[in-house]
Amino acid sequence: MTVNETLAQASNTMVYGSMTAFTGAMVAFSISLAKGRRLETIETSAQRTSASHQVRMGSTATLDKPSVSTSLSDDGDLGEGRRAGNIGMSLTWLGTLLLGMAILFRGLSAGRVPMGNMYEFSLAAGFAVSLTYCLMSISRDLRWLGVFITVPVLLDLGLALTVLYAESSQLVPALNSYWLAIHVSAAVVCFGAFTIGAALSGLYLVAQSAEDRVAAGKEPGRSAAIAQRIPSADRLDLMSYRIHAFMFPIWTFAVIAGAIWAEAAWGRYWGWDPKETWAFITWVIYAAYLHARATAGWRGKKAAYVAIAGYATILFNYFVVNIWVQGLHSYSGL
Amino acid sequence: MATMRWLWRQLTSMRVALILLFLLALASIPGSIFPQRGTSPLRVNEFLKDNPTTGPILDRLYMFDVFASPWFASIYLLLFISLTGCVLPRALDHYKELRSEPPVAPRNLRRLPVHQQWQSNSDSSQIISETAVAWKKRGWRVRQGDGWLSAEKGYARETGNLLFHLSLLVLLLAVGYGGAVGYRGTVIVREDAGFANNVTQYDTFAPGRIFGADQLPPFSFELQEFEATFQRGGQQNGAPRGFRADLLVKDDPQSEPRPVTVEVNYPLRTSGITVYLVGHGYAPEFTVRDASGKVVWEDASVFLPQDTAFTSSGVVKIPDTVPQLGLQGFFLPTVSEDFSNGPVSKFPAPDDPEVYLSAWQGDLGLDSGMPQSVYRLETENMKRIGIEELAPGETWTLPNSAGTVEFTGYRQWATFVITKDPGKGWALGAAIASIIGLSLSLLIPRRRAWLRVTATDDRGNVIEVAGLSKTEAPGLADEISQLAKLVNAPEEK
Ligand code: HEM
Repeated sequence: MTVNETLAQASNTMVYGSMTAFTGAMVAFSISLAKGRRLETIETSAQRTSASHQVRMGSTATLDKPSVSTSLSDDGDLGEGRRAGNIGMSLTWLGTLLLGMAILFRGLSAGRVPMGNMYEFSLAAGFAVSLTYCLMSISRDLRWLGVFITVPVLLDLGLALTVLYAESSQLVPALNSYWLAIHVSAAVVCFGAFTIGAALSGLYLVAQSAEDRVAAGKEPGRSAAIAQRIPSADRLDLMSYRIHAFMFPIWTFAVIAGAIWAEAAWGRYWGWDPKETWAFITWVIYAAYLHARATAGWRGKKAAYVAIAGYATILFNYFVVNIWVQGLHSYSGL
Repeated sequence: MATMRWLWRQLTSMRVALILLFLLALASIPGSIFPQRGTSPLRVNEFLKDNPTTGPILDRLYMFDVFASPWFASIYLLLFISLTGCVLPRALDHYKELRSEPPVAPRNLRRLPVHQQWQSNSDSSQIISETAVAWKKRGWRVRQGDGWLSAEKGYARETGNLLFHLSLLVLLLAVGYGGAVGYRGTVIVREDAGFANNVTQYDTFAPGRIFGADQLPPFSFELQEFEATFQRGGQQNGAPRGFRADLLVKDDPQSEPRPVTVEVNYPLRTSGITVYLVGHGYAPEFTVRDASGKVVWEDASVFLPQDTAFTSSGVVKIPDTVPQLGLQGFFLPTVSEDFSNGPVSKFPAPDDPEVYLSAWQGDLGLDSGMPQSVYRLETENMKRIGIEELAPGETWTLPNSAGTVEFTGYRQWATFVITKDPGKGWALGAAIASIIGLSLSLLIPRRRAWLRVTATDDRGNVIEVAGLSKTEAPGLADEISQLAKLVNAPEEK
């Protein structure tokens, strides 16, 4: 089967289109964030947290009056930044849609699952990030998070087009398996969600240090410029935890699906190939994150650093191991 | 004794488990940086040759056998001891909890995170018993008391967590068992040649620690045809697109041969073993005659690919002439016009095959007792007598009346990996159980809810409903207000 060049070309055009939309979204989200203010001031959060820590019972629900809603939706309300935020949100949906079409056309052009080289993985990863963000934003207001999502997506797509680009083509035989679709799509979905998890953990650290300074009677410091525009540290931590907790079983599945595939392709289900080793390291670090959240003295900032370290191992596996380390997984297409 | 108990308590604490997890991650890193003997022994030798000073030191630290090293093993063994010590008592507690009722309702429900109250005139005991039925129907475990109801939900969370941790133990055992009892061998088979499952027939053979040779099932096959296809044109010109090996398989010496196609990702599974296609190449065929015209060699010789265009190198050793004769050279499936970089192929498919040979005369050194590679000529005691380029069908008359070499054609060969891993099924089962356990453990909310009915002076009752989440799952308030509705709570404004 040959490659349909028209479809391949259309796919490339749509990638450019989606980057344009994401760029617009990034600008709109920046304006929106600059104008926004969090509902609860840093001072209130700092007081509330130190009060609730004494009565917390492994639960992060605020112990205020009854029937306080524990939903996260209102907290990031941007007030004045609403209008720009809405534009950003619409453009993000548009960019996501275009990127999804670009991936679809890429697959159609070669008549296969469009996940055969790093260019295609990167498109899929960008799509996973922006789609996860869009879906999450349906039930809560996440406009404050927009900048921190569109920037990584743009970086990813930029890298895909400049450094990682590979022409549409057929697969090498090792990839010619339905496990490709199962294993890689699970991994890519995790990549997308863990990106958002890491962004939330990073923002949590910013908010927490501002709140800590205020609680200690100091000025909120330089991080206040961002901290006063995002939800309270507590909520960021909780959101990040929920994403990681939801994705961890899926990551486990992705690794196991990889092992099942390796068994069919290479004659062993686990061989400590560098790529496998780093998938294992990522898994262990995220397991450590979940443990850290349940261990006294590790909750909070330390746990957030562990989550970010977990994400760093994913990036390392993707960019360093794929491109520079010799192993069986040499499909970068570079 | 006291210190032992202290040590045990430390080892089974979450904090130590956390530290061991970090150590496990850290300890894996060198295994991805340095070449490992288990997967790439040749690259380890190369590394040792290139780094004569640091190499042996690293080797003594097990940097080339990280995942089989004592320090890696001690980390994961400690982790699993810690896990057992942590999980077994918890399993016991959980078992008791599953068999007992939820705890008594606290006196003051107002202090709980979610709380609602309203007035009602219904009979107190009726409210309690009706609510107990209604909540039970929604999957809550309930306990009735005098004027109160206590309910709990989400026990599967802890069950899942225990299932997950225990299945990790099973996984480790399955990996260890499979590795100890199984084996892994590789063999190169040429087209029209066969293989019988026998240790001596393997090119490499790695048995587990307690493997017995009687575990090799008496299976055999013949490679009838191997076919490789490649991308033609475009950025990925020459990239492989398909491999298939057509075998004629006999599951045991008595059975009828059956045709089987083995492809990458589609191995042959029979009698507990699995046969994988992992590599391929070319074997040029030569007919060599001595000066009198007598045939002294007639066979296909396996040449090993050196690059992605399958420039392949190999040798032919002919011990039966005096002096002995050796051929060394390259098979080029599609010869490149330009030899400025030496003889190279420009495409992996045999579009325009050629061999490029040098002929050597002298002593092959086969009688020295030293084992020799079949892919290399030991030329210390030999002299080169000529170089020639041959297309299929061409004959080269060697100088010194050493005879003739006819390049009659080529066959293909394929490499097969044959493995037996009896722990595989257990490992898969444990892996699936671990995902189920994890999902239960992370997604099921564990909650408590209470109802309290307190009589007031004016013959009415105050009804209170309250809830507590023992986990960080969202939606407690919603769930509690659903429960309150079942007790006929008035709609909230
Ligand atoms: C092989 C090593 C281990 C791995 C990969 C691992 C992994 C995990 C994961 C992913 C979770 C999250 C599930 C959840 O939060 O419910 C978890 C929870 C837990 N693990 Fe482990 N674990 C390991 C060893 C241990 C050990 C040695 C202990 C005991 C000291 C332990 C005790 C716990 C406990 C108590 C929880 C529940 C925490 C909670 O309530 O959030 N684990 N483990």
